Amino acid sequence: MATGIKDKVAIIGMGCTKFGERWDMGTEHLLVEAFREALEDAGIDRKQIEAAWYGSALDSVNVGNSSIPAAMALRLEGIPVTRVENMCATGTEALRGAAYAVASGAVDIALAIGAEKLKDTGYGGLPVPYKGSLNGMWMPMGSAPAGFAQLASSYRAKYGIEKQDLKTAIGRVSYKSHKNGVKNPKAHIRKEVSMEEILRAPIIAEPLGLFDCCGVSDGAAAAIVTTPEIAHALGKMNPVTIKSIQLSVSAGRESGTGQWDGSYVPNTRNAAKKAYHEAGIQNPREQLSMIEVHDCFSITELVTMEDLGISPDGGAVKDVLDGFYDADGGVPCQIDGGLKCFGHPVGASGLRMAYENYLQLLGRAGARQLPDTRFGLSHNLGGVPFNGVAAVTVYGRERD
Amino acid sequence: MTRGILSYGAYIPALRIDRAAIAAANAWAFPSVRAKGARALANWDEDTVTMSVEAARGVSPSGIGALIFASTTPPYADLQNATLVTSALGLPIETATTDTAGSLRAGTAALLAALHTTEPASTLVTAADARRAKPGSAQELSYGAGAVAFSIGEGPVIAKLLATASRAEQFVDHYRQTGEKYDYYWEERWVRDEGYAKIIPPAIKAALEKAGVKPAEIAHFILPAMQQAVPAAIAKSCGIPAESIADNLAANCGDTGAAHGLLMLAAALEKAKPGDKLLLVTFGAGTDVLVFEATGAISNYKPTRGVAQTLAAGRIEPHYTKLLSFHGELNLDWGMRSEGSEKIPLTQQYRARGQLATFNGGKCPDCGAINFPQLASCVNCGSFAPLAQVSLVDEPAQVASYTADWLQYSPAPPLYFGLVQFDNGCRVMMEMVDVDPKQLEVGTRLRMLYRIKSLDSERHYARYFWKATPIQGA
Repeated sequence: MATGIKDKVAIIGMGCTKFGERWDMGTEHLLVEAFREALEDAGIDRKQIEAAWYGSALDSVNVGNSSIPAAMALRLEGIPVTRVENMCATGTEALRGAAYAVASGAVDIALAIGAEKLKDTGYGGLPVPYKGSLNGMWMPMGSAPAGFAQLASSYRAKYGIEKQDLKTAIGRVSYKSHKNGVKNPKAHIRKEVSMEEILRAPIIAEPLGLFDCCGVSDGAAAAIVTTPEIAHALGKMNPVTIKSIQLSVSAGRESGTGQWDGSYVPNTRNAAKKAYHEAGIQNPREQLSMIEVHDCFSITELVTMEDLGISPDGGAVKDVLDGFYDADGGVPCQIDGGLKCFGHPVGASGLRMAYENYLQLLGRAGARQLPDTRFGLSHNLGGVPFNGVAAVTVYGRERD
Repeated sequence: MTRGILSYGAYIPALRIDRAAIAAANAWAFPSVRAKGARALANWDEDTVTMSVEAARGVSPSGIGALIFASTTPPYADLQNATLVTSALGLPIETATTDTAGSLRAGTAALLAALHTTEPASTLVTAADARRAKPGSAQELSYGAGAVAFSIGEGPVIAKLLATASRAEQFVDHYRQTGEKYDYYWEERWVRDEGYAKIIPPAIKAALEKAGVKPAEIAHFILPAMQQAVPAAIAKSCGIPAESIADNLAANCGDTGAAHGLLMLAAALEKAKPGDKLLLVTFGAGTDVLVFEATGAISNYKPTRGVAQTLAAGRIEPHYTKLLSFHGELNLDWGMRSEGSEKIPLTQQYRARGQLATFNGGKCPDCGAINFPQLASCVNCGSFAPLAQVSLVDEPAQVASYTADWLQYSPAPPLYFGLVQFDNGCRVMMEMVDVDPKQLEVGTRLRMLYRIKSLDSERHYARYFWKATPIQGA
């Protein structure tokens, strides 16, 4: 009987570049910037890394496919390096690979690293999608915001919410993240915006306006993982441990049958349920000190609050408007600014969420440090609500 | 047994450009142009194949053994357009297919072939045109777009053929060389006086004599000409009653080229009473004349896709530059998102032809779920059993989710798309077209349209798939 990976893997070092329009460097250099911070934090030498997982989602705008460019950039000689890709959940996929390698006993120390160089496309937003040769024949090739905007129409229909009321609630989601991002020196966007500015911004995909969409950024993030025993030996007596990592992927039921009403993300619910079970979380609303969710679009964050079981179904609008997810609220969400303002270099984002959890749990988050952090969660989506990937990770200290 | 018209269907694109908007935009150059009414404009994703499919969905597919596609603006010079239409209609693979082109008589040429064949099976004739015209030209105002389809055969015909006559005459009133965008026209007065007025009357006389019908008996005189004076003058010279002159559909559609005579015939059939004599005349390097008589069956015949219905289903488009953009006259900056390659594997297209052309879902024999796309294992129960083919083309459906995407490139933004829930349980993420934004909501009823999915402008390939459109008034 599988026992899961709770407390079998400790995070001993993390790194994260400043996200944003990094006109100054390419993917190779971003990888190194995150890697060096993680190495220094872990207090180990590069040669102690026995295996690495490298995540990048869009090889067309990065360094190409395979793990070789990452091994080259980091000079990881003679060890297994694996490239992973699971759309925007790629970063968590890299962490999962490294964590499983340690938990299995295959290696002592492993590296997870993710990067994306999105500002080499020449235009805003994610690159035009490729969905395969059969899907390309029939599926509308909509933009990412348009894929997530679908949630809004179905959510409104399910709960009988007026267009303007939902628009205000999702605007409030972004308003909060902008406020948080100001305190994060590594964030892409560090600027408060008023509700009025948010609501009158140009429409990108109905009802999502410009401020309902996250930044598209360059950046990299890395984690070095090992066993708690080795962490102790390195002087890290109560390290941050992974309490659970769970992933759920669409197999067609949402987009191919009438069994889903379109108002939530089934993958998030599946992954959260399993992650809470693995981590031993019974009441997320009470037990979680903070959450970093996949707020690629404001409507995504709103429904995620319900999918994670923190807000009751249909109750996220009220919680958002009440400030429950604000920095001083019941469960602070996107304390680092989230995808919205920290930015979204696709392959790095899952690891960036881990980074904020890690800093907060260790009390190292500076001006944005939350009091009494105990359990943190990251939620990393890939694809679109009707055809996607959801990863939920729970973090804590080893002794919690 | 005499062959005749068994059923018909018509399709005119929903987009109607206000002619006054065209005239106003060009008034700096041509201030004296006066224009009224609206002309139909094929959407960016409509061509003579898609329009023919929409028209042909109005005729009964039973007993059809052949399909003739007529157009002077077929999308392909070599890739049989009739086969594309046949596939989309889900007609049997044994169907004999032919394209006719080359003249505004292409529609009647197809009709004549279908009427004169000795094969017992019915022939489906489709005629469509969407001609382009130089900006600022008279043709830009007068041309429309549209399609019509007739099922021709034996049996309970609504109109039987009495007689035909044709003339082949090298009279060049206009022409368009292969590969050219525009027609070149000679002076209207010469065309009227030396062309229509001299070539047509002898042929009418011959056909009416063969039919044993007197000119005064004609109840519907159908002569597609945008010059209003032409049919009037010919009716007068032939002794045909002036009140029998059929409306040329200029007000809300415009000239649909090779389809126009047939489209006007369909409109006339909508008004015809049993025993009415119908005279159809087309003109182009000669003339074709066909004399029909409406039968008793016409009293009970109600077209599912009639001319009046499709004429009324238009929406006025005030932006003339939309026409210019669709026709490649105005190259808007669509940004880098429009630069993606549209190259598609023809191998994959062929493997998936049932899904793409006929919109077949696959019914799981174990749980009954209708799968789209059809993969090798059921979306609902995971069964590996072969799926039974079920067309979604006429399956009722509604919106499950939607958005208007202003970010992604579309030749006609915004790109509407969302989950389409079919009443039979199947669900497909689909593009939505001809949308009235006020009408779109979760639960809005939808019907399916055959459209261009994408245009590969580098390799010059249009590929087709089905899209959803809100049902007006539903």
